[in-house]
Amino acid sequence: MAEVQTRPAPSESQSDAPRDSSPPPRRRRRPWYQRLWRDRMYLLFTLPALLIIVVFHYLPLIGNVIAFKDYQPYIGVWESPWNGLENFSIIWDGDPAFLAALRNTLILTALQSVFVFPAPILLALLLNSLLSENIKRLVQSVLYLPHFLSWVMVVALFQQILGGSGLLNNFLRSNGYDAVRILGNPDTFYALLTSQVIWKDTGWATILFLAALSQINAHLYEAAAVDGAGRWRQLWHVTLPGLKGIIILLFILRLGDSLSVGFEQILLQQAAVGRNVSEVLDTYVYNNGVLGGNWGVSAAVGLVKGVVGVLLVLGANKLAHRFGEEGVYR
Amino acid sequence: MSATTQPGAVSPPPVRGRTRRLRHGVPVEPIGLRLLKGLALLVLCAVVVLPFVGVLATSLAGREQIAQSGGLVLWPSQPTLEAYRSIFAGGVVTQALQVSLVVTIGGTLLSLAATCLVAYALAQRELFGKKVILMIFLISMLFSPGMIPTYLTVRQVGLLDSLWALILPTMVSAFNVVVMRAFFMNLPSELTESAQIDGASEFRVFTRIVLPLSKAVLAVIGLFYAVGYWNAFFNALLYINDATKWPMQLVLRTYVVNDVQMGSAELGSEVVPPQPAIQMAILVISIVPILIIYPFLQKHFAKGVLTGAVKG
Repeated sequence: MAEVQTRPAPSESQSDAPRDSSPPPRRRRRPWYQRLWRDRMYLLFTLPALLIIVVFHYLPLIGNVIAFKDYQPYIGVWESPWNGLENFSIIWDGDPAFLAALRNTLILTALQSVFVFPAPILLALLLNSLLSENIKRLVQSVLYLPHFLSWVMVVALFQQILGGSGLLNNFLRSNGYDAVRILGNPDTFYALLTSQVIWKDTGWATILFLAALSQINAHLYEAAAVDGAGRWRQLWHVTLPGLKGIIILLFILRLGDSLSVGFEQILLQQAAVGRNVSEVLDTYVYNNGVLGGNWGVSAAVGLVKGVVGVLLVLGANKLAHRFGEEGVYR
Repeated sequence: MSATTQPGAVSPPPVRGRTRRLRHGVPVEPIGLRLLKGLALLVLCAVVVLPFVGVLATSLAGREQIAQSGGLVLWPSQPTLEAYRSIFAGGVVTQALQVSLVVTIGGTLLSLAATCLVAYALAQRELFGKKVILMIFLISMLFSPGMIPTYLTVRQVGLLDSLWALILPTMVSAFNVVVMRAFFMNLPSELTESAQIDGASEFRVFTRIVLPLSKAVLAVIGLFYAVGYWNAFFNALLYINDATKWPMQLVLRTYVVNDVQMGSAELGSEVVPPQPAIQMAILVISIVPILIIYPFLQKHFAKGVLTGAVKG
């Protein structure tokens, strides 16, 4: 499954290399101002997008300097005085609120790696084993749908089903049972978050696994069957090895994201359960910075989180290479 | 698609004492397993579909039925459009709907224009500074700038409480640029070259020859942008304080998720239907656009996602 890539980096260089490295023979490259003039229209084409990316991506990227400043809103980013690493002290000194956010983030990442990550693999195996293409297509179109709903909609839907006056509790009450408190209950909060993620994205996440499954050579199954392998042995010796590459690839991407867990999802449901269990790094940055006005400290936490995230992707990618897999890029 | 239904796979001869018949190399499934699979699929689909049914039914249900059930109902006994009439009466929801439509339609058009222009330029064989421009987009995918600096930038640019704040910061997705560029690079260059020899300008070639050939990829990427704009919640929360400029997602959060009661002032109508019906009508109205474009999305997305993924 080396060819299924979700990041474009590797094939970029491949597709460019032959074109750029082999200029037309016996013709000297024109001077730069001539090329600039020749390409003026195309360069004009790139301007709007370039402007957007520079203003709303690279400018904020540079704006991260406020992590090293004592930012004062009325002076502005550039005039605010430097204060070295003071903003980061919250991380080194182990501020309790920050540590709680870090702990909750790591717990949720672990839960999602264990429960959310394998779900689409299982579902893809189930879908792949269906013999009727029509049923398969129907089920797929139903299960892909929740991916396209926003988190606000998903949370609203869950409230209607599991909330105090929701479908489940109405049903329980009308049958003489006690209502169960699932929403707004710190004890069930992580289970709720995890099941929401599974509900929303499992169907959609099967796409890449199904693509990988469809590329497994059918003769391998026949050969295994001829050798006396039953259904389960075929699964173990043919199907799973065929999925190995894509599983590793997606796990790398997951790892790179391990410090971001369901920001909007949690923000929407935080008030009901309290920050103690629900604060994660992203909500910490929002609550402390945008709402609390501690701009410098929040930016510092955000910056550390971003840098660690990039390091995690790079590290995981190296690890994948060591196992002989393609990874996200070379 | 699946290995088990490959056409042309000949059933191998019966294997070592196994009397079960083989179908394309896979033993015919025992009936128990098939039932189990069917049941699993049914449950999975029900888990996805049932919430929608409940929401739609409640939005249509009458006062008595809602009072009786204490909340959600599964089937409206006497369907009424009262809730919909009240939210379309010109109040908060009507306004938010207008904002969301303007942002979604305007944003999608701007996004598509900017994305396909840059992608086409970068798909040229030779372009002054191509490597640098390409790197600018690729690197932006690896490093995200973070919430606080982004917020401060948007504020600095003066976009707070402006609908532009819901469009400009997310207007160009580097990933979409790369996908579209891959598509343009695969177009036969003879077409554009012959037009250029005939004296057509770059812009003319692009609009008259390239774009008509690219309807499919424009549709896919446009739909993904549109869903993104429609669903965007957090940037609205960050940048829009003025409640008259709220998009649907903020209304949904305030009046449905946070359960703030809607009176006749918010609704803009004399009649105030029961809260669950109003809430579910709001939810339905915000989901319907997604449901409308879903079939179109679905027709293209498997292809779109995979061409993007495979060719990069």
